[in-house]
Amino acid sequence: MKAILARIAQSLGLILAVIVLNFSLIHLAPGDAADVIAGDASASDPELMAEIRAEYGLDKPFIQQVAIYVGNVVQGDLGTSIWDGESVAGKMADRLGATALLAFTALVFAFVVGVSIGTIAARNPTSALSQGITVLALFGFSMPAFWSGLLLLIFVAVKVDFFPVSGNHDLDFEGNWFESLLDLGQHLILPALTLGIIFLAQYSRLSRASMLEVLESDYVRTARAKGLSERSVVFKHGLRNGLIPVVTVLGLQFGVAFSGAILVETVFAWPGIGRLAFDAVLRRDVPVLLGVLILTSVVVIIANLVTDLVYRIIDPRIRVTGGVNV
Amino acid sequence: MSDVLGPASVHLEDVTSESGAAPGREALRMFTRNKAALLGVVLLVGIFFLTFIVPLFLDRDPDARIRGLRPHMSPFDEGAPFMGTDNLARDVWIIVIYGGAATLRIAAGAATMIILIGVTLGALAGYYGGWVDNVLMRITEFFLVLPGLLFAIVVVALFEPSYWTITIAIGSISWPQLMRLTRAEFLRIKNLEYVKAARAMGSGDLRIITRVILPNALPTLIVSATLIMGGAILIEAGLAFLGLGDPNSLSWGLAIGRAREFFTTNWWAVTFPGLAIFLTVLGLSLVGDGLQDAYNPKLRGR
Repeated sequence: MKAILARIAQSLGLILAVIVLNFSLIHLAPGDAADVIAGDASASDPELMAEIRAEYGLDKPFIQQVAIYVGNVVQGDLGTSIWDGESVAGKMADRLGATALLAFTALVFAFVVGVSIGTIAARNPTSALSQGITVLALFGFSMPAFWSGLLLLIFVAVKVDFFPVSGNHDLDFEGNWFESLLDLGQHLILPALTLGIIFLAQYSRLSRASMLEVLESDYVRTARAKGLSERSVVFKHGLRNGLIPVVTVLGLQFGVAFSGAILVETVFAWPGIGRLAFDAVLRRDVPVLLGVLILTSVVVIIANLVTDLVYRIIDPRIRVTGGVNV
Repeated sequence: MSDVLGPASVHLEDVTSESGAAPGREALRMFTRNKAALLGVVLLVGIFFLTFIVPLFLDRDPDARIRGLRPHMSPFDEGAPFMGTDNLARDVWIIVIYGGAATLRIAAGAATMIILIGVTLGALAGYYGGWVDNVLMRITEFFLVLPGLLFAIVVVALFEPSYWTITIAIGSISWPQLMRLTRAEFLRIKNLEYVKAARAMGSGDLRIITRVILPNALPTLIVSATLIMGGAILIEAGLAFLGLGDPNSLSWGLAIGRAREFFTTNWWAVTFPGLAIFLTVLGLSLVGDGLQDAYNPKLRGR
């Protein structure tokens, strides 16, 4: 229990550190802090500049400014967009669902397909499939996500009418909730595939390695010697233990998938956090950019924390050693 | 690759393995028998040749319009260059040749920075342990949770894109994995017999870290350095694709970014520069995998 509390405290500390770093970036950037926040709008709009100075307390000593900023962020106030004056938190709340759906679908796809391929390969380590997995993993790692996304658009979406080219709904869409769901799913396939390929490669390789080890272990040999069916040996005895490392990586990578979504969302015009960040880059909208960085870091930190806590439950040995980062 | 293999193999040759052959030479032999690894070497040599040698003799401006070429010429059109032309009638093959230098220079700079930070901090944490380790691990954890690409985007957007801001943005964020790996290697090696022997003979900490432990950790670190280089290339390409590349130089990512709005009709201007990124990172990964197999035969195929 004590270890769990310490782990939660550590996560809170990390979140605080991210917020402070964020604020320091504004001050490290060339130019006056208010200019940096206002971006291209700074020269033309003295009223806006005064507003920013007041909101961030820029006439006060640095430490006090940090305190004001941290206080605002903790209360959910991430400032307002320079582009349209809307609240950054509100903008992100509108987009969060789309990105979470994309990242979640990509990871589930990668997990299910990756573990299946990995397990089949582990049962025949010398087969062509098994050799192929190493190649697949290297390919998945080596392709820039924005490029594989564009290739899917060029060679699949443009040729096959079924796949839409952009967005998460048809513009002229009308229908009940069920048709709406189908339409969303249709839009989701290619972006999720693009994001999933990166992880698919890793999971198939990891689960193959893990299953190879488990299937060679004594208790699996015992299970076979008892005359259990192959299916029971692989699924009950093998997978249950072989999956632990894959599940851990999966949890740790929810955050990675979340930030990897930036490029994929840009390519497919998927209306999520990543697309918001891309637009903010084009518009030099610093408050939105900083807001996305904080949000994504917090998602990573929470995903790591949850994985760690779940891992303690699955594998009691961790509880004894209490190590967070061995 | 021979200059990369050099230092490791020289050091390892002092120790003879069970089979009697020097492990460094043994590793080199296994590496040269590995077809995938050799393919990786061929890819890297090819990319290096195209990017840094061919332009010396070609003397072309990749942004120039060439007489006789029309916009959006397909590779299959009559009189078209073999990779076609983009929306401004620029030759895609020339773009591929000239687009690599910026990417590779930034990746090399960032990888150097990552290795310096990662290996130094990892060595200190692993060797000294105690509070040093504690403090350095907290710092590393912090950098580990920052989303790499997004952090680089914010830094480059705030500081204006240039060779140095991009290199530093990538370099300052991607070292934690290498730090943890180096730390683990130092933890493993520091209690081995030969380190104790060196200490007993009066070697100081600095000498033990740099001359005794580091050379023995090198094979593992070199493998990881190839992957780091690949990762740095992918981040640079992503930044350039989003329009946050070095504004003074052409790069593969930028070429894809500006050709992207015409992708429905002009697939070649998007596909070929991306292929160059893919083959470069693939080459690095294949070489890294080959080195891994050569130095750790037990892990082969895992």
